[in-house]
Amino acid sequence: MDAQPESLTGAQSLVRSLESVGAEVVFGIPGGAILPAYDPIFDSKKLRHILVRHEQGGGHAAEGYAQATGKVGVCMATSGPGATNLVTPIADAYMDSVPMVAITGQVPSASIGTDAFQEADIVGITMPITKHNFLVQHADDIPRTIAEAFHLASTGRPGPVLVDLPKDILQAQGSFSWPPQLDLPGYHPTTRPHAKQIREAAKLIAAAQRPVLYVGGGVLKARAAAELRVLAELTGIPVVTTLMARGAFPDSHRQHLGMPGMHGTVAAVTALQKADLLICLGARFDDRVTGKLDSFAPGAAVIHADIDPAEIGKNRTADVPIVGDCRETIADLVVAVGELYETGTRADIGGWWAEVDGWRTRYPLGYAEPTDGSLAPQHVITRIGQIAGPEAIFVSGVGQHQMWASQFISYENPYTWLNSGGAGTMGYAVPAAMGAKVGRPEATVWAIDGDGCFQMTNQELVTCAIEGIPIKVAVINNGNLGMVRQWQTLFYGSRYSNTVLQSKRIPDFVKLADAMGCIGLRCDTKSDVDATIEKAMAVDDAPVVIDFVVGEDAMVWPMVPAGTSNDEILAARDTRPVWDANDV
Amino acid sequence: MALTRHTLSVLVEDKPGVLARVASLFSRRGFNIESLAVGPTEHPTVSRMTIVVSVDDLPLEQVTKQLNKLVNVLKIVELEPATSVQRELLLVKVKADLTSRSHVLETVQLFRAKVVDVAADAVTIEATGTNDKLTAFIRVLEPFGIRELVQSGMVAVGRGSRSMTGAEPRLRSAS
Repeated sequence: MDAQPESLTGAQSLVRSLESVGAEVVFGIPGGAILPAYDPIFDSKKLRHILVRHEQGGGHAAEGYAQATGKVGVCMATSGPGATNLVTPIADAYMDSVPMVAITGQVPSASIGTDAFQEADIVGITMPITKHNFLVQHADDIPRTIAEAFHLASTGRPGPVLVDLPKDILQAQGSFSWPPQLDLPGYHPTTRPHAKQIREAAKLIAAAQRPVLYVGGGVLKARAAAELRVLAELTGIPVVTTLMARGAFPDSHRQHLGMPGMHGTVAAVTALQKADLLICLGARFDDRVTGKLDSFAPGAAVIHADIDPAEIGKNRTADVPIVGDCRETIADLVVAVGELYETGTRADIGGWWAEVDGWRTRYPLGYAEPTDGSLAPQHVITRIGQIAGPEAIFVSGVGQHQMWASQFISYENPYTWLNSGGAGTMGYAVPAAMGAKVGRPEATVWAIDGDGCFQMTNQELVTCAIEGIPIKVAVINNGNLGMVRQWQTLFYGSRYSNTVLQSKRIPDFVKLADAMGCIGLRCDTKSDVDATIEKAMAVDDAPVVIDFVVGEDAMVWPMVPAGTSNDEILAARDTRPVWDANDV
Repeated sequence: MALTRHTLSVLVEDKPGVLARVASLFSRRGFNIESLAVGPTEHPTVSRMTIVVSVDDLPLEQVTKQLNKLVNVLKIVELEPATSVQRELLLVKVKADLTSRSHVLETVQLFRAKVVDVAADAVTIEATGTNDKLTAFIRVLEPFGIRELVQSGMVAVGRGSRSMTGAEPRLRSAS
């Protein structure tokens, strides 16, 4: 039932709209232009506002909240620098299709364009990194705009939407009624896959002798992990999950080959290379997966299912394109493939599995124990995964620790692995873990961070301490920008230009943690790893930071050097896998 | 690789910033706009853009898909030269004193253009036509001395009785 319109200020209308659309948490910082909105927020019983320490932290927190819960994350900032500080998380959310609404204050309408104090054209700035954005011009438009922003952010291919609100619009009197009528005549995402395409895809699946299910983040966005498992088990086809899809299929499942791509498993990378059919579900043939594109999976036909038609055929031509929601697509494929199987149409993939298992057995993920007595970062991350267990949420920054966390933690459940995949935003982990913990307070949330990343956004630990958000942070501290250092080792003759961060405990992360109201722990020997992790696990009333002092020479393997073919994968340094003569 | 010219007619919501969205999409995705014209349509809330791009077929498909993703874009149709009327407008100021004026006017006649302003030593000519016709016209005028030249983007409409905007009062996007 539509209520009678009420007369409210724009600011009141904004807060009522956020409450009505179902937002529960806002991560933000007030400032001049957004100030009117903060007055009704003060009174709101339904909205929890979390005062972050930097707008970038607020943006990543909104992302973490959204990734962990599937709900739209909300962040808020004032005009000018407040808004521009949101640019990185907005770009990050755009690359990883994270549903997020960013609300920014703007200078008063009459001052727009005059280079007024704290003015930035944030709508212009974020045009290429948002799914859509709005500059609100009338207080009456606020409810509709907020409803549209949430609808756009959460439907179709999710993404960030920015709503810019000039101060005078927030102060003006306007009418509020809910629900408003959406006015989006140009927005019609296709969610139902085409039946003919499903039939064509099913035929290819039933006939393929060397098929691979190439699973991307779209499967998680569509909340289709259960459907995926049914399809995988029905067909018995090997599964690879991309960096954005870790957790979409249990790592312990026999059919799971792990992650493909630059640091993927030998079995996953090789299976894609030698496949005769790729069933690509909600993935986008990103360069980190394909390596040199024209030598990627050269013998494979491609079924490409995605909700975004522009992804299909962008990098790799699809033989069977399917536009639609991944959950509906997979469910339809299960039916169509099942019908074909009943008619006896089913190729034998036993020979394929023998090959795949051979690669898996010969080239499992692993690492060499450091010979200098230093702590192996891979061991630390493995133990965190094992001790925290598969119900915990793991959030990483970007770099070596991210790759190890994707490789050496066993993900059994969807939405337990959060990271910055497309944008590769260092500093994502701490604030995103904060957001994830706010969204899933009952879950143990671990940020696995590098010492480089940690120094970019650790200020949000103050927010965590004050707001009662007890996350756990493992700083994998090798004193270097480790991934860059690894490239310098391999490709720049070990000339370590500007990758050394510290060797004298500057900063001292234990003291830093203490100063920010967290519990700080340090561990630098293998024998202490378990006890330290368990100590952190025992704390549930404060954030914990563990400074894991690890060796600086550990490298991420396997690796496909950038710009080369996936056939050039190195299982370890100077170790190229040897294929049997009868390998395809 | 030879690029092909394509003419896209794009119906968009008449809202602030739409032109910027379209233009920035082209530059972000690495496509060059050859010409762009925007104006109102028979629907008060809808504008129409005519965009000429030089791309191969596959990138064209990407352009179209990316344009379709813009929330304010309602419908996109590619207009083929054979089945559409395509026109540009040219205004050109040509040197024309007593000795050359009659020759200039003769050329104007030949191209069915018209003189819209006359000065002692120059005339301003208005011409409409396809890009090819206007290019030919300019080439013939060059020897007289072109003082100033301004040209519009192309506008185009499909031949026949069908309307791109259709009968629906609320337009639906192209599928």
